[in-house]
Amino acid sequence: MIRLLLTVFRKEFFENLRDRRTIFSALVFGPLFGPLLLAITLQISLNRNQAVADEPIAIAVSHSERAPNLMAWLREQNVSIEAVKLDEAGARAAVLGKQHKLVLEVPADYGSRLAAAEPAPLLLYADASDLFNDRSVDRVRAVLNQYGQQIAQLRLLVRGIDPMIGAPLAIQDVDVSTPSSRALLALGMLSYLIIFAMLMGGMYLAIDSTAGERERGSLEPLFTTPAPRRAIVFGKILATAAYMLVSLTLTVTACAIVVRFLKLENFGMSANLGPVTALAIIGVTAPLILAGASLMTVVASFTKSYREAQTYLGFVLMVPTLPLAFVTFLNLKPTLPLMAVPSLSQHFLMTSLLRAEPVDPAYLAMSVGVSLALGLVLAGIAAWLYEREAILG
Amino acid sequence: MIEARGLVKRFGAVEAVRGVSFAAADGRITGLLGPNGAGKSTTLRMLYTLLVPDAGEARIDGISATADATTARQHLGVLSHNAGVYPLLTARENILYFGELYGLGRAERERRADELIELLDMRDFAARRAKGFSQGQKLKTALARALVHNPRNVILDEPTNGLDVMAVRSLRSLLGALRGAGHCVLFSSHVMQEVAGLCDDVVVIAQGTVVAQGAPDALLKSANAATLEDAFVALVGAGADANGVRT
Repeated sequence: MIRLLLTVFRKEFFENLRDRRTIFSALVFGPLFGPLLLAITLQISLNRNQAVADEPIAIAVSHSERAPNLMAWLREQNVSIEAVKLDEAGARAAVLGKQHKLVLEVPADYGSRLAAAEPAPLLLYADASDLFNDRSVDRVRAVLNQYGQQIAQLRLLVRGIDPMIGAPLAIQDVDVSTPSSRALLALGMLSYLIIFAMLMGGMYLAIDSTAGERERGSLEPLFTTPAPRRAIVFGKILATAAYMLVSLTLTVTACAIVVRFLKLENFGMSANLGPVTALAIIGVTAPLILAGASLMTVVASFTKSYREAQTYLGFVLMVPTLPLAFVTFLNLKPTLPLMAVPSLSQHFLMTSLLRAEPVDPAYLAMSVGVSLALGLVLAGIAAWLYEREAILG
Repeated sequence: MIEARGLVKRFGAVEAVRGVSFAAADGRITGLLGPNGAGKSTTLRMLYTLLVPDAGEARIDGISATADATTARQHLGVLSHNAGVYPLLTARENILYFGELYGLGRAERERRADELIELLDMRDFAARRAKGFSQGQKLKTALARALVHNPRNVILDEPTNGLDVMAVRSLRSLLGALRGAGHCVLFSSHVMQEVAGLCDDVVVIAQGTVVAQGAPDALLKSANAATLEDAFVALVGAGADANGVRT
């Protein structure tokens, strides 16, 4: 039984080394695109935070001649001004048509109302559905408010009133996040990515060795050999698991390398992803492999063709990521019962490791135990499926 | 020696095979002839241990295919319907894999692979991956794989399906060679000429039962027909191919 199991394992393992699709998904997709995606996301979010603060903002101003002092103030605040002549409809069209991101209109009564110390109107046209524009709008509004504050303080001063009277509260934001926990926010997708890449690594082998085998008509000859069907199916699951382990190892290694290159420290973050943590992450995730490999084998065994299997396994890849979506949505904290949820428990353990927090041995035992038990149950189901006559289709 | 003793197989409400009995002797080629849906494949699947009969028994060299399937399989070489080979393995690797599954040692399976490559005239493509093989090359690879453990009995399910004339000819001479070596060869077909030209014994099956068996000549006489085709039509009867059972 064990010898035949290994025969099937060896054949599936080496045969699939020749399959470009399997190799791509196991050795290239996760380890390359995962960290790349991570790096790009991190870099974009870091760049956005950094760049927006000092980048000059361009705005179009209609009738800038009505507010010369305001224009001077804006230029001082690194806002570049393009003088235009637009009526309301023109301003709307210009923003919608993306000719201008922002249009500031100075109405005809701006000067007179300002002189009369009445609220002077200013119209700021922006497209609220354009997310990348959000920060520019906020900054222009802030700059305009500052200008208004200055005028208000001057008005109070000339009336002999302390301007502080208009500022009853002084609110300061105190950010208590540590560099590690800030990095974690950005690295939040890492556990998702690792589990996804791991499943992806075994997907094509699981399909090829079940639905593919049946579709090309080699399953029936295989069953006419004296090899017990259990040995055959366990050999296939083992080969799938081996590819998943390779994919997992490569992905975690690649992520560790990328995180190192990103120099998160420069942004006041640090990620605890050295060689030891990387190994620990592989260690806590590996118990999930058997469940993943068996689940994919079971699902692919139900399908009638390679194509159908691909479709269904596409959904199966989403299953382990569902608990992760929930935990983000509900902001759940690790508890012992939650550690009994496979994939979620791996997420919690990975997060703890990345945060350099101590891992509760009971949590670890629960996670490993439940994941392995689920794997054994699913492998048993796969074996039962293969004993049925219906497997021949 | 392959024996079917009152084999019955039902799929849900459909009775695909209802009491099929015949024997295929060593050193002879036996043809299982019948229209599509007659129950040929189901019968063969019970004989080669893949399906468990609802009643009756299949025996391979006297070994029960149900009670001792593993031993029975050692005595059987099977070329199933539309048998596929592994496209990413070479023809030789396809053979070696099955040799290993049949429990042959390394030296033994290497030797058998060489022998079969020689016997089936596969030298030209033995070291090539099976992806892109012609139908004939695939058939030879699948057949070599089925014969790797040198089984006494060989079962082939519609082996000539989709083959060109040259491939059919070489298959025919190969089956003749197996007969000459004392093997028991059982194959199914729905093509009369094939069966007539090749078989020592014919079992005609229709609607899940055996309607006639014997040597081709004897069948002609019993059906009072001039050609095997006429005999076939007479034996099977009209509407036999309309019962909708999968072969």
